[in-house]
Amino acid sequence: MKIVEIKLPGKLTKKESEHRVTFLEHVGVIPGGEKIKACIQCGTCTGSCPVSFAMDISPREVIALFRAGDIESILKSKTIWTCASCYACQTRCPASIKVTDIIYALKRTAMDRKIYSRKFPVHLLKDSFVKNIYRFGRLNEPRLMVYYLLKTGIIKSFAYLPLGIKMAINGRIEYKASKIKDIIGFRQIMKAAEKLDMPIEFEAKPYIVETVGYKAAH
Amino acid sequence: MKYTYYPGCSLHSAHRGYDDSCKAVFEKLDCELIELDDWNCCGATIYMSIKEITSLAIAARNLALAEKYKYDLIAPCSSCFTILSKTNRFLMQKSRLNDEVRLCLKEANLEYNLSVRVRHPLDVLVNDIGLETIKNKVKRPLRGLKIANYYGCQIVRPERGFDDRENPMTMDNLFEILGAENVYFPKKLQCCGGMLMTTYEEVAMELSKEILESAVENDAELIVTTCPLCQMNLEAYQNKINRVFKTNFKMPIYYFTQVVGVALGLEPKNLGIGKNFYQLQRLKEIEMMSKTEIIEIQ
Repeated sequence: MKIVEIKLPGKLTKKESEHRVTFLEHVGVIPGGEKIKACIQCGTCTGSCPVSFAMDISPREVIALFRAGDIESILKSKTIWTCASCYACQTRCPASIKVTDIIYALKRTAMDRKIYSRKFPVHLLKDSFVKNIYRFGRLNEPRLMVYYLLKTGIIKSFAYLPLGIKMAINGRIEYKASKIKDIIGFRQIMKAAEKLDMPIEFEAKPYIVETVGYKAAH
Repeated sequence: MKYTYYPGCSLHSAHRGYDDSCKAVFEKLDCELIELDDWNCCGATIYMSIKEITSLAIAARNLALAEKYKYDLIAPCSSCFTILSKTNRFLMQKSRLNDEVRLCLKEANLEYNLSVRVRHPLDVLVNDIGLETIKNKVKRPLRGLKIANYYGCQIVRPERGFDDRENPMTMDNLFEILGAENVYFPKKLQCCGGMLMTTYEEVAMELSKEILESAVENDAELIVTTCPLCQMNLEAYQNKINRVFKTNFKMPIYYFTQVVGVALGLEPKNLGIGKNFYQLQRLKEIEMMSKTEIIEIQ
């Protein structure tokens, strides 16, 4: 992995401090999220992870990089989008760190800070998913897939045609999207929640140096 | 016994077979499933990675609706099961999250007082209805059908639920009672790739291939699963896996309720078995053989 910029010990760039504030905000809401401080770098998470072979930064290194004050590298990595949330790491962590939930927090940080990986069109999937849910209250899988495939590239989507046809023959495609009855109430819940979820607006200010590096473990 | 039933989006589209077989099996065992009225999408794993409070709020809407029924809530889809129980857990532990979700629910005149228990049908079958009751109702013993029990990652993790988190045995015990033979299957908890099948296909195919390979190596005739997404990944992408890895898998992947249904003497038609891509050859055999046997017993 590449470390973006060599900094003075304990001193963070403005961008990094902003990432950090957002990330800590997200970790703060996880029950037991503060245990991230207790990491002993044993590597059980990486060893348990079924997809660590495809990651550029291993789950153990994610926590190490967070401590070292380089969240930006994590957000730009493939790692957070490679996690399939199988919770193997979280179950086995001897320090009971909520590794999977922390990776969720990192995903949300990346979304809030608008750092999208080029290789993974996750934000496109997100768009189609949120639209689908907001419109019907339920997910209509064919619509989600069609919308997503058209966004990612029409040519690529032809590869899915045989599968789609086979699904249709076996009667496994639901063409009609069902809408929930109380869609108005549902949308109000979503709107209210999204307001509470808004990315935090903050002014550029030097970040508290004390919580970075070695001291963060105490 | 009565339960509230939360099918979830996938059981109402591509996975009707799971929905039908689940209902049929519970009916056969004299259990009433009352479908939750006006349920909405639980948000699945993906919403958690976009917005926290929104994802919890929409999941909590279902729990708030289910609270009025005063029964346990059954969620057959692993993803729905994890998300709903996770929401329950989060709301119980953190006061701030609870307050915010409460505010959101108020917008739709709903209230949730944390009293719903989220259950998986496997848990209910084995621990509530009981293996003895099921054993007494077996019409077609599975006659040593070699089954690989695939639990998938999310029904026993992350918190300890109804079974062990490293080596769950609930499904093995269930099928043993039904007369099947459980093969050695070390990949029973390995992730199939889940949603990565849409975003990072190479990795998901590798994982699914390992699961299929392990089942074939141990002479399993079919893989039985509890999760619609696993079923989809293992079955619908089998062709592509064969092409990419030059393998020759033809492994039938059934929902566990379908196989339980067959053993209880239900018609495969009513269990949605025809909708699966790969059919189990010995299924017909079991059906035919048992018909004569049933007559003999009577």
